[in-house]
Amino acid sequence: MIQTEDLSKAFGEFVAVDGVNLRVETGEVLALLGPNGAGKTTTVRLLTSVLRPTRGRAWVAGFDVIQHPQKVRANVGVLTEHHGLYARMSGEEYLLFFAELYGLKGENSRRRVHTLLEQFGLEEAARRRIGEYSKGMRQKLALVRALLHSPPVLLLDEPTSAMDPENARIVRETIHSLRKAQHSIVLCTHNLTEAEALADRIAIIRRGRILFNDTPEALKRHLLGAPLYEIRFAQPWNDPLPTLPPGVEVVGRGSDWIHFRIEEPHRTNPLLLGALTAAKMPLLTFSELPRSLEEAYLRAMTMEEPHAMA
Amino acid sequence: MPWREALQPVWIIARREIRDQFRDWRILTPIFFLTAFFPFLMNFFAQQMLNFVRQYGAELVGERMVPFLMLVVGFFPISISLVIALESFVGEKERGSIEPLLSTPLEDWQLYTGKLLSSMVLPLMAAFLGMGVYTLGLALNRVTLPPVEVVLQVFSLTFFHALVMVSGAVVASSQATSVRAANLLASFIVIPMALLIQGETAIMFWGRQNTILWWAVFGLLVLAILLVRVGLAHFQREELLGRELDTLDLAWGWRTFVRHFRGEARSVLSWIRTEIPRTLAEMRWTLLIAAVLALVGLGLGAHLAHRFPLQLDLNQTQVNQRLSQWTTLWPMGSPGTFTAILGQNLRALFLGLILGSFSFGVLGVLPMLATMGIVGFLIQALSNNGFAPSLFIVGAILPHGLFEVPALWLATTATLEIGLGMITPQRGKTFSEALLAGIARWFKIMLGAVIPLLVLAALIETWITPQIARYLLFR
Repeated sequence: MIQTEDLSKAFGEFVAVDGVNLRVETGEVLALLGPNGAGKTTTVRLLTSVLRPTRGRAWVAGFDVIQHPQKVRANVGVLTEHHGLYARMSGEEYLLFFAELYGLKGENSRRRVHTLLEQFGLEEAARRRIGEYSKGMRQKLALVRALLHSPPVLLLDEPTSAMDPENARIVRETIHSLRKAQHSIVLCTHNLTEAEALADRIAIIRRGRILFNDTPEALKRHLLGAPLYEIRFAQPWNDPLPTLPPGVEVVGRGSDWIHFRIEEPHRTNPLLLGALTAAKMPLLTFSELPRSLEEAYLRAMTMEEPHAMA
Repeated sequence: MPWREALQPVWIIARREIRDQFRDWRILTPIFFLTAFFPFLMNFFAQQMLNFVRQYGAELVGERMVPFLMLVVGFFPISISLVIALESFVGEKERGSIEPLLSTPLEDWQLYTGKLLSSMVLPLMAAFLGMGVYTLGLALNRVTLPPVEVVLQVFSLTFFHALVMVSGAVVASSQATSVRAANLLASFIVIPMALLIQGETAIMFWGRQNTILWWAVFGLLVLAILLVRVGLAHFQREELLGRELDTLDLAWGWRTFVRHFRGEARSVLSWIRTEIPRTLAEMRWTLLIAAVLALVGLGLGAHLAHRFPLQLDLNQTQVNQRLSQWTTLWPMGSPGTFTAILGQNLRALFLGLILGSFSFGVLGVLPMLATMGIVGFLIQALSNNGFAPSLFIVGAILPHGLFEVPALWLATTATLEIGLGMITPQRGKTFSEALLAGIARWFKIMLGAVIPLLVLAALIETWITPQIARYLLFR
């Protein structure tokens, strides 16, 4: 589990992270989104006890980042922004080196390394120099490094950024299975589709401050308003609309479609459908219009801070 | 944590680095040539030198040349350790591989020591191998080998040269923002090391190396310990990751200096009343160390007076006459004398500051040691020659010494504090900030206590001490 209270970090007069309050439960994935320089990497470094907060506190896997930095680092797996691999080592040597640093020994270490290499499709390249690896292979190797010691907390910075779709899928599946295995995961990414697919909660950070922190649905609702629904007709329909239930607003109409904004879909939709069928409208489909996280994120980026949701 | 368990990660780090070095042809090639060919070249050179100097009956020069060339054979490979050590941290930072390492449960000292060890092992192995090949070559050519003690001294010097260079280079590497910056800082290691080797060479050719070279080895050991201590004290994961640029920021330097100089004082009066006493209280342990050093200086002076006895073939009347002549030549009671005394004392203390800033405070104690040593020597020499030292102390030293000695003591303490600031962990302070804080503290003590005491001492030495001396000594 991860918890931060008023976590802040200043470099001289520049405040990189400003009063961040986060909570990531076990078995939860939090996606930390934000533009470059927003404070994502600094937050990750604070959570790995590599940087020391200038204000506030944080606990990772039950350990205080200031009081017990070694224990924090032993319980965290980090995929850093720069993978930082040693080009002259083979993939296997590299992982065995880090396994030893994390306290894995002998046969256990070797077995763990090979299991992960196999899981990520790197077994064949295990004895090749890392310098000969492709970008995607390097990224997978760095991710394997983060998973070596089976840490309860994972901090992953752009885990699929250099990967082809097939490998990215492997990584996404791994993240899913890690969540099921009760790991707490913080995912820093610019890939909003991925964030939406993987994260239980989304935190948007800008200029070191958390602007929003909620589930993807709640976030979209807050930033983009109530959900939009579309009705399509089997043939053009230009007659006036019947009386609609309260909480339904027509936001657009064409010859064979109508868009509604519905405040409380669970309660209102049955009433709306009832009203439309009673009016003998030739209904073809009734569906929610998909709204991307990207749209919400971009909206958030244009908002002034006072309007943001803590 | 049991020590074996604690040392395990050090070895893991060092082993990886050493393995990496064995795979880098840019490191291996020069080491190979310096180990396989260079010793034979030195063998040849030694042989030629011996033959040449023998023609002129100067075999002694040839004999002294043999251990010197052994030192050279050892030094060339260890110079590579400097290159390896200089990029140990900052190189990894540039390649982006430092962050995963910093994110492991390693403690700072384990990471630091691992890097330190790894930079030394390969070059040192090559140096010792080269020196062995050189010695073997000498033996095969039937050249008289130097005594075992000298060989041991040369091996020890080589080891400590490597240790000092690597310790210094790792400090530079952990503080620099780029490999380029670290390489530029290397001159701070190379130049003193070159001077040191010249000094050691002079001692070798002088021929009294039996004891003096062991002192050189001891000095190198102390320096290496101080450098490692500095490196560990200022090793900050945060700094390694955080700093990107190191431009000379004079405004920041000045602000930092002023902040530490002013302390918590709000006015000049509160600075004098509270800041100076508070700073002195903070320095209490260093004051104690400096007091012990002053006594050591006094004792050392007295010891030297025994070891190198000074025969004063003069009776009391002649001494009085000489001193009287001296006081005539040195015009007492004039503003010029006052200025000269004050200027000389300030110069000596500034010299102490400069020496101390470059030697972690160690050489900063020299002015005090020298002064106290001279006093100890004079007292003992007078006593050895049947004069009453108490009269000399009361008549010629005590009146102004009551103010001058405490001033010297305080200034020396402040200089030692600069060094302590550098070798002690300073949370949240960079190395340069710790240095600036130490210098600011020195100026604070100088302005708030030392200079007023020195002015008073110079006034007394100019106008009062001569009168007392005349009355007590020259009657």
